Amino acid sequence: MAETRLNPQVRTETMILHMGPQHPSTHGVLRVDLELDGEVIQRAIPYLGHLHRGIEKLAENKTFHQVIPLTDRLDYLGPMVNNLGYALAVERLLGLQVPERSQVIRVIMAELTRIQSHLVWMGTHVLDIGAMSPIMYCFREREQILDIFEMVAGARMNPSYIRVGGVNGDLMSAARDKIAMFAETFPKHIKEYEDLLTNNPIWINRTKRVGTITAEEAIDLGTTGPTLRSCGYKWDLRKTNPYSGYETYQFDIILGKNGDVYDRYWVRIEEMKQSIDLIKQGLKKLKPGPIYADEAKVIPPIKEKVMTDIGALIHHFKIISEGFKVPEGEVYQAIETPRGELGFYIVSDGSSKPYRFKIKTPSFMNLMALDTLAKGRLLADIVAIIGSMDIVLGEIDK
Amino acid sequence: MVDLLFILVKIVVVFVALLLSVAYLTWLERKVLGHMQSRLGPHRVGINGLLQPIADGIKLFFKEDVIVTAADKVVYHLAPFIIVSTALLTIAVIPFGDAIKIFGHNILLRIADVNIGLLYIFALSSLGVYGIVLAGWSSNNKYALMGGLRSAAQMVSYELPLGLSTIGVLMQAESLSLSKIVQAQAAQGWFFLPQFIGFLIFFICAVAECNRTPFDLPEAEGELVAGFHIEYSSMKFALFFMAEYASVILMSALIVTLFFGGWLGPSFISCPAWCGPIWFGVKVFIFSFIFIWLRATFPRFRYDQLMKFGWKVLFPLSIINIAVTAVVMMR
Repeated sequence: MAETRLNPQVRTETMILHMGPQHPSTHGVLRVDLELDGEVIQRAIPYLGHLHRGIEKLAENKTFHQVIPLTDRLDYLGPMVNNLGYALAVERLLGLQVPERSQVIRVIMAELTRIQSHLVWMGTHVLDIGAMSPIMYCFREREQILDIFEMVAGARMNPSYIRVGGVNGDLMSAARDKIAMFAETFPKHIKEYEDLLTNNPIWINRTKRVGTITAEEAIDLGTTGPTLRSCGYKWDLRKTNPYSGYETYQFDIILGKNGDVYDRYWVRIEEMKQSIDLIKQGLKKLKPGPIYADEAKVIPPIKEKVMTDIGALIHHFKIISEGFKVPEGEVYQAIETPRGELGFYIVSDGSSKPYRFKIKTPSFMNLMALDTLAKGRLLADIVAIIGSMDIVLGEIDK
Repeated sequence: MVDLLFILVKIVVVFVALLLSVAYLTWLERKVLGHMQSRLGPHRVGINGLLQPIADGIKLFFKEDVIVTAADKVVYHLAPFIIVSTALLTIAVIPFGDAIKIFGHNILLRIADVNIGLLYIFALSSLGVYGIVLAGWSSNNKYALMGGLRSAAQMVSYELPLGLSTIGVLMQAESLSLSKIVQAQAAQGWFFLPQFIGFLIFFICAVAECNRTPFDLPEAEGELVAGFHIEYSSMKFALFFMAEYASVILMSALIVTLFFGGWLGPSFISCPAWCGPIWFGVKVFIFSFIFIWLRATFPRFRYDQLMKFGWKVLFPLSIINIAVTAVVMMR
């Protein structure tokens, strides 16, 4: 667009546009400084920190058990997977073996979380591009998943359901039936969204060849999750570094081809279908059994015993007030959240509180690609690009 | 003297009807969008939310009128009035019925029967662009400025095919007067059949002229937040809002007049002259509904795609349409 300068004598300037923190399309409190030449973006610099709560530092002053509610508040659209990642990290430090039933429940919850997170992504992303109906349909289905969470964990947004050594409360048959019913009905709804978008020429025009990134660039920039897979790079921690028994499930890594906004959309749509499949497999694997690991030093006794047995009461009091001790050492445990690789790096000095707690969040990594993706694109594209990366500011600012 | 009185009565009746339908189009839009999106839409104020537009109006009226310090004051105040008055004035030449007899007087159901009615409408809708451009420029806000620039480009590019697509109709009707065009349709049949391409182009351009989805770039809330009227509040904002909905109604009225026989009913139903306004109202309602329906369905175009579509698809197509009409008529 530099050629538009007709007279070299006339001084032209680029325009700085502050987009956010209060902007409908920055998905929370992201601020992006855009350098614009007309409507063409020269530079896009994200500024972070508007939602910083110091979760990493806070965690160092809490017992390992008390950290779980903090992880809920990282990525508030995928609380269950955050719990899972943290629990897996601590379990590895402790050397705990989680019972089979608990692992299956964890997988089912993680996949439900993936669907509900992708639903919110899709609704808001499509709304940014101008279609206002899909968000209502997406939230209608998300409501059902939140209802399931409520039945299982008692809370909808911040369930703190997955605990160190197991899950908090068994999966009741009513909840199981509801999950099964959801798995039956949901594919029909995916078709509804696809009818509105997948072959819509306006949608294709707005997303194809927009915000393209090659696999090499994507790896250099550290992007993860659907953003990386949309370039055709085979990387899904559920497959490449399995946890919670993902190695026993049948599924393929879903890959895009061009690494543009449309492929990211397509990858996520297919992931939703795949999650439904994984949930069905998980429901089949669900066998009766204990839900907590058999480790008295970590798991408090059941409530009934606490009420009747003095030994159990003391035991309960000790674990709740002081927390369980975690052996000295460090661990990095990463899992595949809806947004990509979520890693917990925990250093323990042998006490009941983490000595150092560091979180590698996928949204943060993906956001780093913003400038590369947006350069030379039009103003309307940056909205599509930010939407396609599916960022959650809660986990970027931590 | 009596004639003057009748004209005054007509003006009052038409404008009140127009303003009421503008108010209730907002209600209709919220209700229709609501049901299309599996919600209920407004349903608290009055039965089925029927008093919602009035409540909204009162609320906006009592809101603080924030005036931007850095704004160009004169232009800033002027812009909403330009846009709303040009939008409302268009109704003057739209015929909504044939002549009827009241108290022995022969009354034409239109405010003015201008012999260049169509040109008058295009002139006014071109003037309406100034409202948007000036609003965007005078607010001294970058988002508003970009909204204003976009709309200037958009309106100019879509006005051309909008005008050209009507030429086929004009050739068939041999008049620029809207009532003559309707009368020609009574003789030749409704023009949307012979002028189907023209109708499609006109409809698309009409959506673009009203800044409605999928052409709502000037106010694209996704990227420009609210575009040209971002800095307007209270009644000035309401005026922009009114202008948008008024132009939806007027564009629907124009489509009906040019392509769907205006006040004429289907030929197999015979109905006295007073049926005219009813037929007209029903048809306008259908097209207003389609405007809303589009909004529930489509994403937004991008600026460059919009331009390409206007100049590379609609513009050549409308010229071809004229040529084909001419060839067919020559034979």
